[in-house]
Amino acid sequence: MPSTELLKEADRLMTICNACRYCEAFCAVFPAMEERRTFSSGDLTYLANLCHGCQGCYTVCQYAPPHEFGVNVPKTFAALRSETYADFAWPGFLGRLFKWNGVAVSLAVALTLTLVLLLVFGLQDLEIMFGSHSGAGAFYRVIPYEAMVWPFGLVFLYALAAMGVGGFRYWRSTARNGFRRLTAAAILGGILDTLTLKNLGGGGGGCPYPNETFSFARRIFHHFTFYGFMLCFAATSVATVYDHWFGWIAPYAFTSVPVVLGSLGGIGLLVGPAGLAWLKMRADPAPRAGALTGMDVAFLLLLFMVGATGLALLTLRESAAMGSLLAIHLGFVLALFATLPYGKMVHGIYRMLALVQNAAEQKQSIYRN
Amino acid sequence: MADLGQLYDVLVIGAGNAALCAAITARRAGARVLVLEAAPRHFRGGNSRHTRNVRYAHAAATDYVTGPYTVEEYWDDLLRVTAGKTNETLARMVLEQSETVPDWMMEQGVRFQQPLSGTLGLARTNAFFFGGGKNMMNTYFAKAEELGVDILYEAEVTDLTLENGRCGGVKVRHANADHDVTARAVVVAAGGFEANIDWLKEGWGEGAGNFLIRGTPYNKGRLLRILLDHGARSVSEADQCHAVPIDARSPKFDGGICTRVDCVIFSVVVNNKAERFYDEGEDIWPKRYAIWGRLVAQQPDQIAYAIIDSKSQGIFMPTVFPAIEAGSIRELAEKLELDSAGLEKTVEQFNAAVQPGDFDATAPDGCHTEGLTPPKTNWARKLDTPPYYGYPLRPGITFTYLGVEVDEKARVLFGGGTPADNIFAAGEVMAGNILGQGYAGGIGLLIGTVFGRIAGEEAARRAVN
Ligand SMILES: Cc1cc2nc3c(=O)[nH]c(=O)nc-3n(C[C@H](O)[C@H](O)[C@H](O)COP(=O)(O)OP(=O)(O)OC[C@H]3O[C@@H](n4cnc5c(N)ncnc54)[C@H](O)[C@@H]3O)c2cc1C
Repeated sequence: MPSTELLKEADRLMTICNACRYCEAFCAVFPAMEERRTFSSGDLTYLANLCHGCQGCYTVCQYAPPHEFGVNVPKTFAALRSETYADFAWPGFLGRLFKWNGVAVSLAVALTLTLVLLLVFGLQDLEIMFGSHSGAGAFYRVIPYEAMVWPFGLVFLYALAAMGVGGFRYWRSTARNGFRRLTAAAILGGILDTLTLKNLGGGGGGCPYPNETFSFARRIFHHFTFYGFMLCFAATSVATVYDHWFGWIAPYAFTSVPVVLGSLGGIGLLVGPAGLAWLKMRADPAPRAGALTGMDVAFLLLLFMVGATGLALLTLRESAAMGSLLAIHLGFVLALFATLPYGKMVHGIYRMLALVQNAAEQKQSIYRN
Repeated sequence: MADLGQLYDVLVIGAGNAALCAAITARRAGARVLVLEAAPRHFRGGNSRHTRNVRYAHAAATDYVTGPYTVEEYWDDLLRVTAGKTNETLARMVLEQSETVPDWMMEQGVRFQQPLSGTLGLARTNAFFFGGGKNMMNTYFAKAEELGVDILYEAEVTDLTLENGRCGGVKVRHANADHDVTARAVVVAAGGFEANIDWLKEGWGEGAGNFLIRGTPYNKGRLLRILLDHGARSVSEADQCHAVPIDARSPKFDGGICTRVDCVIFSVVVNNKAERFYDEGEDIWPKRYAIWGRLVAQQPDQIAYAIIDSKSQGIFMPTVFPAIEAGSIRELAEKLELDSAGLEKTVEQFNAAVQPGDFDATAPDGCHTEGLTPPKTNWARKLDTPPYYGYPLRPGITFTYLGVEVDEKARVLFGGGTPADNIFAAGEVMAGNILGQGYAGGIGLLIGTVFGRIAGEEAARRAVN
């Protein structure tokens, strides 16, 4: 359960907003609010996770601080989200990692990097390590295939499972009768809203980020980040298929599918996180929850480093630096995988579930126009 | 950057809707413009930041309005609500120019949206701003800054340098010092005097101390007073204003839109003697809410209580403060600090007078009382299903109408009707020319927009020539 203080504050805000309603065209949060007259903790958790933190409503709010009503929906919802991330984490005690997430993620990176490097340097011949390799199996000469696939595969599966449990817990604590009547259309609608980031569109004008002027900057950079990540993921998947089913061993040619996908993805992971971090640095801190910033930055930095080290590895893969770069890149990837369920990544899971719930609810709504 | 030492072409006093429309227009006409706003940046935009729509004439439905609204129909509406207390020449000019207003607003970057939920009554006649009035004002401020208008916050104008209907500049208090700022022309767009309780008392008596002010605490009518003291002609009267019933627990100032209580038509409304005083079901709420502010203002201690039972909970817009809830009328009376025997009697009499009928929340349904004074002519249902709910109501003053008379060039008229040489007025400070009394939702901003543009244009012409 999120703290009562925070729930009380969110309830207070939604009561004010529900009597005002000026923001109803910005995003899905306010029409969803209008479906309700009272707000249970499940309702508030749902609304908080539906909120994309675009700050549109804050910028245009006649009750924003220093008004005595002190309405700051993005900040309160961000704080509530971070509490729900901790609450739904699996196993539960690791939820505490959300409290000081920036530190936790940095430590994880340090740990995985050290681990991978130690192992490689400890077990591998230095001549191989600093030699240059080319042709099929070059990477595996530095780090054997088995040593790559097993740990990474297992950690990734674990991350998926942990996030799945989190998603299930989220769903259970927010589900109302309406949500259970899930249709294929609602699921599709929710996924589509996630993939398009419709709710960062601010009803057609974008969001006021970093300042009062509305633009699409945040949505565009988020797309770079998300699709960059997905392209990297796709690259790895294709490579796995190549290796497993076709017996084509990495590294692949620059024009091959895995390398093209991976390069585009890597660029996405440079541009997107850098852009988002830049926006965050310039943005008005008032509508944000302080505690969350460390988590945001840690995640962005990690993604950026995964992209950067990946691209460096690609460029220098024929050189003597390949061995070290490979180890470093894998260190970052391992840190990313290991922290997926205990970092910013989980917002994607809860956001998508909230959007599916919203699509289901809107289908049954009397307010639909 | 504002430079108080330089001679500006046009000085705009206030930074609400009328002021920004004037500043943008004057700047586009080539004038060097300074806007002086009493409030800090956070509270810029005056009453205008609380608004949501503008009423304008149009020939056909658009993305934002559901059907045509001709100038003639608009004029008929205005004539009806003001009972003829309007300057026909000026009013017709405003209504005719209203057709250009949304397009002009969009040129400045303002966006519109579908009518807000619960505002069906205005969907045909009024265009709603995307995200409400503060978004509109933010857009105007951004545009003005982009065009090079200088804006100074926390700069209260305390006096005008006036001589024979000519203004040489103003005195302004900024950063704990008084400054004299000179200008070739001045636009007064500093709102009405709704936040000046003492002045309200002149019109309403001591009871005005109990009024709540829905908008900015900065509209104290200082400029209006100065102009009137210097012989500007006045329009309308000190007790004419727009007032709606709002929750008595609302902030004294700036409670804005969310403090309204929309259950009157479904209620039994009593004063603090536990007596009814007006037909709650006279007409649909959008047509009646503006008279209820005055009605409550006329009750002892300027307070009233709207009482419903559980049948009516949830059929009107949610309120910002929770209803006061009780299991019986007696208990409710105690919680509301009303005479419980009195309230029980009022409710009993009311219940006995209610005639059977088919209740319909969405339209006048003819469910009425028989043999009761005052009657309730629609939506009359017995109060018989606990829990019972009560909402305390106070008059919420939106804005005042007493203002300065202007001509069609927005020039302030002095003495026998001579227009000022270089003093223009727009917005609440002159809205009384059009609104001698009464109100039609969305006309307040229209008056400010049309006269703001005219004032900006004329002031720039006066200054640059
Ligand atoms: C809650 C609410 C909702 C409303 N909704 C609507 C609506 O939907 N549609 C509509 O048409 N109308 C609406 N109105 C009415 C509308 O707000 C006004 O008619 C309109 O905004 C007036 O604009 P203005 O520029 O004259 O005044 P304001 O916007 O009030 O601007 C006046 C400015 O002058 C400044 N000022 C005052 N004195 C001084 C001084 N001495 N020196 C410097 N600056 C000074 C004030 O700080 C203020 O910023 C609403 C009003 C309220 C309160």
